[in-house]
Amino acid sequence: MVNLIWVFMFVFGILYAAINGTMEEVNKVLFKSAQEAVTISLGLISILVFWLGLMNIAKKAGLLEKLSGLFRPVVKRLFPEIPPDHPAMGYILSNMVANLFGLGNAATPMGIKAMEQMKKLNADRDDASRSMITFLAINTSSLTIIPTTVIAIRMNYGSMSPTDIVGTTLAATACSTFAAIMIDRYFFHRRQRKRRS
Amino acid sequence: MGLITTISIWILPCLIGFVLLYATFKRVSTYEEFVEGGKEGFSIAVSIIPYLVGMLVAITVFRASGALAFMIDTIKPFLIAIGVPPEIVPLALIRPISGTGALAMTTDLISTYGPDSFIGRLASTMQGSTDTTLYILTVYFGAVGIKRMGDALKVGLLADLVGIIVAIIVVTIVFGSSI
Repeated sequence: MVNLIWVFMFVFGILYAAINGTMEEVNKVLFKSAQEAVTISLGLISILVFWLGLMNIAKKAGLLEKLSGLFRPVVKRLFPEIPPDHPAMGYILSNMVANLFGLGNAATPMGIKAMEQMKKLNADRDDASRSMITFLAINTSSLTIIPTTVIAIRMNYGSMSPTDIVGTTLAATACSTFAAIMIDRYFFHRRQRKRRS
Repeated sequence: MGLITTISIWILPCLIGFVLLYATFKRVSTYEEFVEGGKEGFSIAVSIIPYLVGMLVAITVFRASGALAFMIDTIKPFLIAIGVPPEIVPLALIRPISGTGALAMTTDLISTYGPDSFIGRLASTMQGSTDTTLYILTVYFGAVGIKRMGDALKVGLLADLVGIIVAIIVVTIVFGSSI
């Protein structure tokens, strides 16, 4: 699926450029975007180093276990493949909490640690496990309670009430996260059926 | 508003302070553990590079060639037919693919139609209620070296679709389409 979409974007883009005479634009952005990708990745270093460092302190102090103990009943149902006292749980929960508070740059390093642990649980294979798909489904549908960036933009453009979209955003987020969990369940059961037959 | 801004300013420093105090109380050698944990950050960032380069170049070629605009124009009539406001269609389609693209588009919609217009509020809600699916999948799977995403992309995109539909319904109910 990813391979197909990836090739499609390239081939269709290049073909379209050939027909519509936009090849020059394509040529121009080709390596500029590669450079941009490297800049973004390297830009993550500062955030990753800082938060992974702090996370390590939190882990050594036993804070992660405390956190996973607190929310265990809920998250256990979402991730039946992960043993309740496995370190992956602590990281998943810190990722979710950071997301809830809109701390996007703290959430990413914690999510990556969670993915590492889930990969270990999946015998280090290089394909996605059930828990990884559930975890990322929840992450892509966003968990943010307060969309700070959007509020800031609205303030910049002189909104009478920059925060009046918090309620609608929350409703949309809740529905899309719930939908993500349901769709994920559906695809999981479909995979199971396929495997059996 | 004042309260929310204050909370978002205070939350990070307080969290850091709390973790450090708690760890000191638990006799953790804080500074050493920080350095130890932070070391991984560099290698993770570097391992994301090939994944992100591959994805971003493909998306940029797709956009710069005009193919993305062409596809949006093709799909537009169907979306309008099911009640999606035409102004919002490009944002709805770009949101899962490109975070910076979507942010630029939201800003543009807000400045064109005004933050308190129906379109402005809808764009704000859509921007805030979902994340950039393709970026998240690329970064998280890339960081741990997973090449086969399984159903993750399908699940993410379908959930985005639900999010967009809900955003339109909720904003219409709460703010009404006439404002």
